[in-house]
Amino acid sequence: MAVYEEKQTLEAPSSTKGFIHWAKENLFSTPLNTLMTFAGIGILYYIIPPFLQWAYFDANFAGTTKEQCTGDGACWIFIKMKIDLFMYGFYPQEELWRLKTIVMLFIAMIIGLRFIKKGSIKFLIITFFFILSLILVTGGIFGLEYVATDRWGGLMLTIIVASVGIVFSFPIGIIVAFGRQSNLPIIRSVCVTYVEMIRGVPLITILFMSSVILPLFFPEGISFDKLLRALIGITLFQAAYVAENIRGGLQAIPKGQYEAADAIGLSYWQKMLLVILPQALKVAIPNLVGAFISLFQDTTLVLIIGLFDLLSTVTIAAADSNWLGMETEGYVFVTAIFWAFCYGMSRYSNKLEKQFDTNLK
Amino acid sequence: MMRALRNQKVRGILFQILTILGLIAFLWYIGSNTMTNIEQRGIRTGFDFLNSTAGFSIDETPIEFSSTDTHGRVFLVGLSNTLIITFFGIILSTILGLIIGVLRLSNNWIIKKLAATYIDIFRNIPILLQILFWYNVVLSSLPSPKQSIDFLGSIFINNRGLYIPTPELNSTTISVLLGLAATVIGAIFLNKWANKRQEKTGQDFPVVLAVLGAIIIVPIIAYFIGGANFNFDYPKLGGFNFSGGKVISPEFLALTFALVIYTATFIAEAVRSGIEAVSKGQKEAAASIGLSSYQALKLVVLPQAIRIAIPPVINQYLNLAKNSSLAAAIGYPEIVTVFAGTSLNQTGQAIEILAITMLVYLTISLVVSAILNWFNHKMKTKER
Repeated sequence: MAVYEEKQTLEAPSSTKGFIHWAKENLFSTPLNTLMTFAGIGILYYIIPPFLQWAYFDANFAGTTKEQCTGDGACWIFIKMKIDLFMYGFYPQEELWRLKTIVMLFIAMIIGLRFIKKGSIKFLIITFFFILSLILVTGGIFGLEYVATDRWGGLMLTIIVASVGIVFSFPIGIIVAFGRQSNLPIIRSVCVTYVEMIRGVPLITILFMSSVILPLFFPEGISFDKLLRALIGITLFQAAYVAENIRGGLQAIPKGQYEAADAIGLSYWQKMLLVILPQALKVAIPNLVGAFISLFQDTTLVLIIGLFDLLSTVTIAAADSNWLGMETEGYVFVTAIFWAFCYGMSRYSNKLEKQFDTNLK
Repeated sequence: MMRALRNQKVRGILFQILTILGLIAFLWYIGSNTMTNIEQRGIRTGFDFLNSTAGFSIDETPIEFSSTDTHGRVFLVGLSNTLIITFFGIILSTILGLIIGVLRLSNNWIIKKLAATYIDIFRNIPILLQILFWYNVVLSSLPSPKQSIDFLGSIFINNRGLYIPTPELNSTTISVLLGLAATVIGAIFLNKWANKRQEKTGQDFPVVLAVLGAIIIVPIIAYFIGGANFNFDYPKLGGFNFSGGKVISPEFLALTFALVIYTATFIAEAVRSGIEAVSKGQKEAAASIGLSSYQALKLVVLPQAIRIAIPPVINQYLNLAKNSSLAAAIGYPEIVTVFAGTSLNQTGQAIEILAITMLVYLTISLVVSAILNWFNHKMKTKER
């Protein structure tokens, strides 16, 4: 009598698993593919080792003067010595503690907000933080020395311009988006004109306008600070893009939601703010983050109208007669900062997109 | 009265009237303030300045210009430079974007990652920073004219620009150009004819191969018909600089490089998402009715992918046109630099000049959105 004997299943042939298989499949499957693999390795070989050599192996980190740089690689001493200029512009040395306090408070706030569930308290804390930061940065009260805006600069100015643009463009954008969806013809055409006009012209012309023409709009005696003028221009510019993105969200909301809100007797503002907007924002958030990334990149344009943002500090720092010819290091450093911010935001936006994907249909 | 206020229609009308009144009051307020301010500061008004002498020279002038010409002429020079940079930017960024977008979907792991890294790096760096980097770091570190880097002894690059030989306009050049134009027009008709034949008979005609062949052969034939006599004007080093040939300025190079590299990342993403948006079922269906992979790509995948990819790509063209205004930071003489910059400083007539400049960009974007609407209408899925 034959005894049933269980046989072990054979393992997959070694050629269909492991790194070798993966490489065969993904790198060397066809002659063309092999050629491209070598081309790719070639490109990497020509870019990465020289860059690492320049930025790390041949670079100088220790020291305080230009003479301590050997000149083969990057001279990071320059960045080290000019870090305050890059970060805070010409903000007075003895007042820097105020900016550092804000950074500390910001970190504390971000951590603290994780433990607070209620939306209204979060909102209050954030508002309080903004007011406190404004007081600390500007000074002039509570015995703090006043620091004029022409001494603001560097990364700090870039962040101020970006965050003011984001915070103030948001409510304006929402109202304009509502106006554009409204069934009142005049309101609608005003909003459409605004959005299309702003979106049709480059930011630089708007900045020129706000810095040259805006002062003419107001009676003698009312004068705006250069920074404030730029902020107004950037906010109005950004509001049009925010409006357009929110409109996209509004259009994704099925008609039934409007009708249901009407049917339970909500007023226009109740309907829009309690029912429609929360759903529309959910749809619009990835695009909104995209708009904020481009705003962050666009803040560099303020250097053309004479503000000292992070990008323009490179030229200023490299114009120091002790540090001539250090533009490359400056630009690479500033590029790294901008890149980290923008890349971080776009990763965050990807995460939000997945998180909010409730599949409205 | 109170009852009327509760009526939605009445409230709507009332609200709109209030808006109009508010808007008029606001415009009147800033209008009258502007008038008084202009008078007090002694700024001239009107468009007469367009006919007054500019009194400054411009480095790159596609149309003739001298410092005795008018501000109106300055406007035209700036406008043509804007259009030139936009034209080259669009062509080059489309080519680069298409290549990167296709490589992004490649089966090859290294190539795929390289393309993705390229996109992730360059789209997250502000365009102005890229322009300044190319201009202040890369191009200004090139050697002086005497130590120019040369390619084949006829193309030179140094810190004053890129020097290329230009063909003399003779019978050969004209005949080659005509040959190329004829090939392009012929290709369009051939494609139409081939599509028609395919719809009727199902037979495929190798249009791409035919056109590729023609674009190589026709100019060569035209070259011999035209007398086989290309006469190049080569750049030559004389004294401290080059003469002859055509020089492409470092400003133009930096601006084009940065715009192309930046815009190509967005075009690549549009291409990728267009191709990815075609569902797998479509490809499988195409395979199951016996189309070859080339036929499936040409007849099933691409027509659907293009429909999705083109609108964002056209929007990127518009962005490129708007971003070309950043030339103001490095001094390439396009409209914002020379007209909204130098002319504005000389005449002080900010309102008129900025209005004209904005109008130019608005016109460009209106034309682009008209094209986009036409395209969307034409490409609308025809459902039966």
